[in-house]
Amino acid sequence: MATPGSTRRRSTPRERNQTFWFWIFVGPFALGLALFTYVPLAWSVWLSFFDAHNTVSPTDFVGLDNYTAVLGEPAFRSALVTFTVFTAFIVPATYALSLGLALAVGRLRFARAFFRSVFFLPTACSYVVAALVWKLSIFNGVRFGLANTVLGWFGADQVAWLSTTDPPWYWLVLVTVRLWLQTGFYMVLFLAGLQRIPPQLYEAAAVDGARPGWQTFRHITFPALRATSVAVVLLLVINAFQAFDEFYNLLSDARGYPPYARPPLVYLYYTALGQGQNLGLGSAGAVVLALIIAVVTVAQARWFGLGRREAEG
Amino acid sequence: MRQTDDALVRAGRALRLVLLIALAALFLIPFYLLLRNGLATEADITAPGWTFLPRELHWSNLRELFDDPSVPMAHALLNSTLIAVATTVGTLLLASLAGYGLARIPYRHANAVFYAVLGTLMVPAAVTFVPSFVLVSSLGWISTLRGLIVPTLFSAFACFVFRQYFLGFPRELEDAAQVDGLGPWRTYWRVVVPNARPVFAAVGTIVFIGAWNAFLWPLVIGQDRDAWTVQVALSTFTTAQTVNIHELFVAAAVSIVPLLLVFLLLQRYIVAGVERSGIDG
Repeated sequence: MATPGSTRRRSTPRERNQTFWFWIFVGPFALGLALFTYVPLAWSVWLSFFDAHNTVSPTDFVGLDNYTAVLGEPAFRSALVTFTVFTAFIVPATYALSLGLALAVGRLRFARAFFRSVFFLPTACSYVVAALVWKLSIFNGVRFGLANTVLGWFGADQVAWLSTTDPPWYWLVLVTVRLWLQTGFYMVLFLAGLQRIPPQLYEAAAVDGARPGWQTFRHITFPALRATSVAVVLLLVINAFQAFDEFYNLLSDARGYPPYARPPLVYLYYTALGQGQNLGLGSAGAVVLALIIAVVTVAQARWFGLGRREAEG
Repeated sequence: MRQTDDALVRAGRALRLVLLIALAALFLIPFYLLLRNGLATEADITAPGWTFLPRELHWSNLRELFDDPSVPMAHALLNSTLIAVATTVGTLLLASLAGYGLARIPYRHANAVFYAVLGTLMVPAAVTFVPSFVLVSSLGWISTLRGLIVPTLFSAFACFVFRQYFLGFPRELEDAAQVDGLGPWRTYWRVVVPNARPVFAAVGTIVFIGAWNAFLWPLVIGQDRDAWTVQVALSTFTTAQTVNIHELFVAAAVSIVPLLLVFLLLQRYIVAGVERSGIDG
């Protein structure tokens, strides 16, 4: 291989020395990453072509059967529908609320740190703890639950939030948990984005007669936040795709997990690790999901013109 | 015109403040419920009609929780602490060394290595949990601390953040160290690390919170009761509902205390970490 023009063609002792130090620094990390990310990925792809029930070293090659099986399975398709519905709720809701909070908190003249801390604090909570509070206290579906108590004050009927599918109130429970937990994180991102907008932009806009409020937001703030917005939406979609904790903890009970509202990871969990341990089918499902998320990510990046990000700062 | 504008602006500002206060109260409700239900009795919680706080605060619920042999809370707290500390220390060590090497040590294939690291950022870790489970189980690491810690130590995200940071690190410090006759290893530990503390704190707090709150991996790997983390223990009792409700709430309250402390003491580092993670993550 050619070496950079500034050095001689043979590798010099200095270069060899640098190669040595490079691997001293990077080697342990690279080795671990290879072992715990690339090896499992490759193994999974390999497993997906085998009939692998309860075994990780199968011998029964089945070609693409696992793929046709998983794509034909209603449970798999309904997992994709669940993800789509969840994303349609949670991404716009989190985006709007976190941006709104950042704008409101950012303009405060006092107590800014206090409000930022309050909205950011739920980030310290785990989905398990949040789901526990939502399931056993706020939306427990009985008389002494907080939501039903509040409904009672207005004379409304009690709602069995999590155990009714008609109407599917469980979506409200699922979406509010995640909204509460993650909004502060994205608000902090937007606050950082707002701070990077040069004040001269606002001064120039004021000179041009733009009125503070909606006009300024529409023509100055929102376009200047483009890079942050792109990052936020990408992260929101990827995180919604990986939703597992709150679904599992809110919906499963002593009788197991209900047949509805199973997002992709819950589907994978029960297919690959539940009874029967169908690792071949689970691996095929994981490969399909990895491809879907890759396509979605790249498509989003293209759509938003991620390449232009650096120019816009 | 100007006067009505001013009045409008002032009214808008007041409205905004009222809305913020209402939302802040709403955001604090879950913390309030943890305390209220955690310090109440079963009868207080299920009583008709809402009481703001139980008439008597039952701090003895704490003792009940740790004395209950059916809830391995102390052991779960120990597991979570060991896992979170080991994951944080290990991740910082491995990722910072790798990030420094990638940013500073010239090597022909450094770019190829960097893209291999970057590529794993595109693969959501959760999608690889089935194959990772397969690997860990074939190593015989199910229900061991090794299995819970080691596979999570190699964070492409942390490596990426460190690399970006070290790319902008002032070279003069390292040059001076080299003149003093320090090799790369000692330069790194004596000059680079002491001057990069904020980025270590930012990445460290984010990793610690993530490790403490992690659920899917501990659920899959920590199957035996002895290997339960706090999250797995809470989840088991939430879904099975075999434990008294006030005990469950006091357990949940206890489980967030370490993180609330981290939050109160280190919030500026966490905010810095979040800012780094969002833009390039």
